[in-house]
Amino acid sequence: MMGNVEMNAKVTDDLNAAWQTVCREDDLLSGTGVCVLYAAKGSDTQASNEEQVAIFKLSKTGEVFAVSNYDPIGKANVMSRGMTGSIGDALVVASPLYKQHFDLKTGQCLENPEVSLSVYLIRIENGAVQISS
Amino acid sequence: MSAQRIIVVGNGMVGHKFIEQFLSVAQPDAWSVITFSEEPRLAYDRVQLSSYFSGNTVSDLMLANEQDYIRQGVEFIVNERVTDIDREAKVVTTSSGRKEHYDKLVLATGSYPFVPPIPGNDQPHCLVYRTIEDLEAITASAQESKVGVVVGGGLLGLEAANALKNLGLKAHVVEFAPRLMAVQLDEGGGGLLRRKIEALDVGVHTEKATTEIVPGEQCRYRMNFADGTHLETDMIVFSAGIRPQDALARECKLEVGERGGIVIDDHCQTSDPNIYAVGECALWSGKIFGLVAPGYSMAKVAASSIMGGNETFEGAGMSTKLKLLGVDVASIGDAHGRTEGCMSYTYSDDVEQVYKRLIISADGKKLVGAVLVGEVEAYGNLLQLMLNDMDLPESPEGLILPASDGAAPTLGVDSLPDTAIVCSCHDVTKGDIAAAIAAGASDMGGIKAATKASTGCGGCAALTKQVLDAELLKLGYEVNTDICEHFPYTRQELADIVRTKQIKTFDELLESHGKGHGCDICKPAVGSILASFWNDYVLKNEHIGLQDTNDIFLGNMQKDGTYSIVPRVAGGEITPEKLIVLGEVAKEFNLYTKITGGQRIDLFGAQLHELPIIWKKLVDAGFETGHAYGKSVRTVKSCVGSTWCRYGVDDSVGLAIDIENRYKGLRAPHKLKFAVSGCTRECAEAQSKDIGVIATENGWNLYVCGNGGMRPRHADLFASDLDTPTLIQYIDRVLMFYIRTADRLQRTSVWLENLEGGLDYLRKVVIDDSLNIGADLETDMANNIAQYQCEWKTTLENPEKLKRFKHFVNSDKSDDQLAYVVERGQRRPATEKEREERIPAVELVSS
Ligand code: SRM
Ligand SMILES: Cc1cc2nc3c(=O)[nH]c(=O)nc-3n(C[C@H](O)[C@H](O)[C@H](O)COP(=O)(O)OP(=O)(O)OC[C@H]3O[C@@H](n4cnc5c(N)ncnc54)[C@H](O)[C@@H]3O)c2cc1C
Ligand code: SF4
Ligand code: FES
Repeated sequence: MMGNVEMNAKVTDDLNAAWQTVCREDDLLSGTGVCVLYAAKGSDTQASNEEQVAIFKLSKTGEVFAVSNYDPIGKANVMSRGMTGSIGDALVVASPLYKQHFDLKTGQCLENPEVSLSVYLIRIENGAVQISS
Repeated sequence: MSAQRIIVVGNGMVGHKFIEQFLSVAQPDAWSVITFSEEPRLAYDRVQLSSYFSGNTVSDLMLANEQDYIRQGVEFIVNERVTDIDREAKVVTTSSGRKEHYDKLVLATGSYPFVPPIPGNDQPHCLVYRTIEDLEAITASAQESKVGVVVGGGLLGLEAANALKNLGLKAHVVEFAPRLMAVQLDEGGGGLLRRKIEALDVGVHTEKATTEIVPGEQCRYRMNFADGTHLETDMIVFSAGIRPQDALARECKLEVGERGGIVIDDHCQTSDPNIYAVGECALWSGKIFGLVAPGYSMAKVAASSIMGGNETFEGAGMSTKLKLLGVDVASIGDAHGRTEGCMSYTYSDDVEQVYKRLIISADGKKLVGAVLVGEVEAYGNLLQLMLNDMDLPESPEGLILPASDGAAPTLGVDSLPDTAIVCSCHDVTKGDIAAAIAAGASDMGGIKAATKASTGCGGCAALTKQVLDAELLKLGYEVNTDICEHFPYTRQELADIVRTKQIKTFDELLESHGKGHGCDICKPAVGSILASFWNDYVLKNEHIGLQDTNDIFLGNMQKDGTYSIVPRVAGGEITPEKLIVLGEVAKEFNLYTKITGGQRIDLFGAQLHELPIIWKKLVDAGFETGHAYGKSVRTVKSCVGSTWCRYGVDDSVGLAIDIENRYKGLRAPHKLKFAVSGCTRECAEAQSKDIGVIATENGWNLYVCGNGGMRPRHADLFASDLDTPTLIQYIDRVLMFYIRTADRLQRTSVWLENLEGGLDYLRKVVIDDSLNIGADLETDMANNIAQYQCEWKTTLENPEKLKRFKHFVNSDKSDDQLAYVVERGQRRPATEKEREERIPAVELVSS
C-alpha cells in the first residue's frame, strides 16, 4: 500500500488529487487521535459512502497520519481512541479494545499480518487538515 | 509374584511424606500401599495450624488429597485407628475390626499433647492444641469466654496464646520454668521476649506450678499455684510439651525408650526389621524430634531403606526461626552456651528492643549457637555458618551489630558449598536449586514447583531467593526488568527519576531518559506515576496522550466502542433519592443497568457525546466519578455493621465511607480495593482486598495485600486492635510505599510476594519506620488528598475538553455501526450473527 506518506502526498498533489478538508489543525491534539467523517472519492453526499477515518498527530515529531477507524479485530469504530507510539522503527497505533498494534504508515497489524487498516493520504494546508484516499 | 504390602499407620505430616517418598523410589507394580488415619481427614499442614485462626481453611491446609492417592493407587482409610499389631502373623487390626496383612509396617503415629496431672484438668473448656478439631473446640470455647490461659510458655504455648488473643480473649501464659521458651532461648533472650509479649497485653506468669483448677469467682475457673497465688480464667489450653504416640509399639513389645518413643536405628528400623518408625513417635539416639524437618528426613531414609538403599538418618539441628505474637525469635544450635570452653558476644538494645547473642567455639573460629530476639535477619547466614562448619569472618561481632555501625561482614551465598541445606523442611540444598535452574526454573515459582524449597515453614524464602538470584547471575542470565524498549528502567526507577528530578511531563522524561516515541506500555505507566506524585488533572493537554481511552473519556470502553458509567457510591451506602436519580438517568438514555460486584451501579452503553450530558445530571445530583476506569481506588466494600447488624462491634459503613472519601482519586500502579467488616463474620470479605479492615472489640484489625481476580490471595493480618488514627496512618504508609515501589500493573498481592523481606519488612517500614520515610509517605498522601478533584466535575467545567466527547470532530453524527437487541427487558449489543441475520423481530436501535 502506501509507503512514505509525505512523498506520496507530493505525487498526488501534482496529479491534483481530490484533497478534502476534514478538520482544522487545532482540532488535533498532539499524542492523540480524532475521528473524522470523510466522504469517499466520487461519492459526494451519499451517506453510504461516508468513511470513518482516524487521524493522529505524534507528539514528538508533529507528524500526522490517517487510517481507517474500524478496528478489524475488535469489530468496532474505535481506532481513533487508540494510543500512538513506536515499536522498533515502526510508528504504531494500538487498538483501544484488544491492544494489537497497527503500523501507521502501512496499516499493517504487527501481531497478525493478515489484518490491516486502510491508510489515507494526509496533509496540512494553511491550518486545514486534508485527506485523500 | 503378587505385590508386597506396605501399611502406614498414621497419615500425619510425616506419614504422608513417607508415602510421597516411597512412591518416588518404588516400582508401582511391586508394592501396594495402604494408610490409616485416626483423624477424620488425610494429612494437613500442622506447622501452619495456627493460620486456621487467621483465615486459612481446612482445604488451604491440606497436604494430601484423595484424588492424588487414588491416582497413585494408594489406599486410605480415615477415621480408623490401628488398635493392634500381630508381629508373628504380620497383621494389623483396626478400630472397626478390619485386619490387614503387611510385608513392611511404618509407624508414623506422631505425638500427643502432654496434659500435666493437675486435679480439675478434665473439665469442659480445658483443651489442647494439636488438631483441627482442637482448634474448633478452642474457637467454640472462646465464644463463651473472656479470659484464656495457656499452660506452657514454649514455642507452641506462645502460638496458642497468640490464637487466644486473636480470638479476642485476654490471654495469659503460665510457665513452670523461670523463662519463656526455655529450651531455645537464654536468659537475655527469654527476658526480652517476655517484655515484648507483656507489652502486647498478654500476661506472663513464670515459675508457676499449678496445683489445682477449681471454680472461679469472676471467671469460670481459678487456677491455684504452688506459691499461694492464683489466676482466674474462663478457659485453659494445655501446651506443656508433647509425648510420643507409642502405645501400639509398647503393646506389641517393640523396644521403646525409658521416657517414651519407639527406638529406631540410623535406617529408621525398629527392633523388628519389618517395622519402621518415623516422625515424632520415633526415638533416635535417645532423642525425640518435635519438628517436621527431621521427620521428613526420616521418611526419606525409611523409604530408601525399604527399597534396599543405604541412606542414613544423622540427626538434625533444632534451630528455629519464628514469629510469636508478632515478635521475631530465632535460636540456633547451642543456644545456652553449654559447649566446652565456648565464648559469646552479646548485643542488647533496650531502646529498639533487640537482643542477639553469638556463641562461638573455644578457639574462636566457629559458630556453635545463637539467640536472636526482636530482629532475626542474621538467622539464615548464621545457620549456614554453623551447618557448614564454615570459619567465622574476622570480627564476628559484626554479624549481630546493627548494619549502620560500619559494614557488616556478609556471608555471600556464593561462599556456601553446594551441599548446604537451604530449605530444611524439604531438605533442599543449594545444589538442588542450581539443578532446578539448569532444568529451566527461573523464578521463585519455578523453584518452589521443582524443589519444594520454601513451601514448608517458609523460613528459608529469603535465602532461597538469594541463591536463585546468585545462580542466575552466575549462569549469565540478566533478568531484564526494563519497563519496555523505550526506557531502560523499571517502573520503580522511573518513579524515582520522576520524583527526584521533578519531571512533570512524559515528553520531558522521554527526552532525558528514553528513546523512540513511547508506547501503550510506558505511556500509561508514566502517566500514572505523574498522577501519583503531582496529582495533576489527568486530561491536561500534556498528559492526555498518556491515557488509555478509558482514562481520556473517564469511562470504560465496552465491546462496541460505547462506554460505561460508574458513579462513586462510597461504602455502598446510597440514599433512595440518589438511587432514583440513577434509575431516571438510565431510563432516559436507555442504559443497561447492573449492580456491580463492588457494591455500586454500572450503567452501560453510553456514546461519547452522551457522556457529558449524563454526567452533568449525575454531578448535579451530587454524584462523583467512581474511577472505574483508572488504575486507582475502586470501592470500599462494607457490611452493614454495628448500626443495624446485631453482631456488629463497630460502624463498618462509617469507616468504609471515610476511607473511600479519603483515598478516592488516588492513582496507583494498579487498581486498589478495600473493604471493612463490622465483625469477624466478615460479610464484606475484607480479607480478599488490597486493604481490609475488620472491627474487633478493641479497635480495628488491618489486613493487607489480598486479591480476588485471577490469582486470589488471602490478605495478611498486618496489625491488630488499632485505633482509627493509627489505622489510617498505617494505610497511608502502606499505600504510598506501594505506589513508590511497585511495578506497573502489579497488584499489592504480587508486590508483597516480590517484596524482599515480605510482610515483616513491610511492617518494619510502616510500623517501625525503619527507613525513616514514614513522615514522607504521609506527606505525599496528604498532598494527594488535598489535590483531589472529581475528574468529571472538572471536565464538565471545561468547554475545551468537552469538544473531545464527540464521535467525529467534523460532524454531529454518531457511530452508525451500533446495533442493539433487547434481552430481559434491557438492551445489549447485537452479536455478529444477529447483525448479519437482522431478524425483523429484533429491535435494532441506531441513533
Ligand atoms: C462491573 C464489574 C463486574 C460486575 O458487573 O459486577 C467489573 C467489570 C470489569 N472488570 Fe472487574 N469488575 C467488577 C468487579 C470486580 C471484582 C470484585 C470486587 O471488586 O469486589 C474483581 C475481583 C476482586 C479483585 O480485583 O481483587 C474484579 C477483577 C477484575 C480483574 C482481575 C484483577 C486481578 O488482580 O486479577 C480485571 C482485569 C484487570 O484489572 O487487569 C478486571 C477488569 C474489569 C474490566 C475493567 C474489564 C475491561 O477492561 O473492560 C470490566 C469493566 C467494567 C466496566 O466496563 O465498567 N476485573 N472485578 C465490577 C465493577 C466493580 C465496581 O463497582 O467497580
Ligand atoms: C500448633 C503447632 C505448630 C507447630 N509448628 C511447627 C513449626 O513451626 N516447625 C516445625 O518443624 N514443627 C512444628 N510443629 C510440629 C509438627 O507439626 C510435627 O513435628 C509434625 O506434625 C510431626 O509429624 P508426624 O507425622 O510425626 O505426626 P502427626 O502430624 O501428629 O501425625 C500423626 C498422625 O497419626 C495419627 N495416629 C496416631 N496413632 C494412630 C493409630 N493408632 N492409627 C491411626 N492413626 C494414628 C494421628 O491422629 C495423626 O493424624 C507444630 C505443631 C503444632 C501442633
Ligand atoms: S460482618 Fe458481622 S457485623 Fe458486619 S454485618 Fe456482617 S454479620 Fe453484621
Ligand atoms: S525451611 Fe521451612 S520451608 Fe524451607
